[in-house]
Amino acid sequence: MLQATITLQLYKGGIFIDRAIMPTTVKGKGFYMSLEYYLILSALLFTTGVIGVLIRRNAIIIFMCIELMLNAANLAFVAISRSLGEATGQVFVFFVMTVAAAEVAIGLAIIVSVFKHRQTVNVDEVNSLKG
Amino acid sequence: MNAEQILFILFGAVSLIGAIAVISFRHPIYSALSLIVTFFAQAGLFVLLGAHFVAAVQVIVYAGAIMVLFLFVIMLLNLGTLSVQGAIGRKLKGLAIILGILFAAEGIYIAMNALNDTAVASAESTGATITTTTYDIGELLFSKYLLPFEVTSLILLAALIGVIVLVKREGQEEN
Repeated sequence: MLQATITLQLYKGGIFIDRAIMPTTVKGKGFYMSLEYYLILSALLFTTGVIGVLIRRNAIIIFMCIELMLNAANLAFVAISRSLGEATGQVFVFFVMTVAAAEVAIGLAIIVSVFKHRQTVNVDEVNSLKG
Repeated sequence: MNAEQILFILFGAVSLIGAIAVISFRHPIYSALSLIVTFFAQAGLFVLLGAHFVAAVQVIVYAGAIMVLFLFVIMLLNLGTLSVQGAIGRKLKGLAIILGILFAAEGIYIAMNALNDTAVASAESTGATITTTTYDIGELLFSKYLLPFEVTSLILLAALIGVIVLVKREGQEEN
């Protein structure tokens, strides 16, 4: 079996020097991407969602950003699930999706009823609960 | 570069660009369509990770059901002109993006250190990665996670009742 070890050049000066992180070999399966890359992508997607919640004032887009964050978490769950060789992480993805579906249904119903009262979905204009 | 790396970069780039498009488009319809692209790319990543069931559910539930709900509400509210106004100020936006970059740096740092965790590292080093089938997930779901699975149905029931109550009260007030 071919064995390839590539150290990540970006972190030469830092802590991660000389650590072979990709690709790891798995018996009979060829190469796999290392877990770290999936976790980094997951972190970036989550951050995009956080920035979206911070900069957008449209309630529907804020909801979409929450979906984005839940999906980033799902990606981390599945990546770690594969890394550990267990299906447990995927079971949790299943639960996260259920919660997301319930949350979207309720949230959109609330947005629709707020829009009926106020003719706006801008979260800055819906502030009557503010103390 | 082997096939998985190329596909990972492809799907990863598409999902990130889609995610950035979600928060940059002014019109919510474009945001919703970008979000669908992101979900599809993530389904591709799930296939790469050997999670075929999750990938299928991602496409059916997320890209199918949830996004249809979003598009339906956007269509129902007809937000075309209303949504354009009401972005936050330039200064606050800059602050938010700086905080976001810091947050991303933290996340990447944690991800880079994930393999230092002994439990993950030992599993990674043995290379015991397998493709989990729907059978495996189903077995776990109906044995070890039976109670959470049943609670899940309770959550859905609560959501169902909540939505009906919300919508019904609105209707009665109008009459």
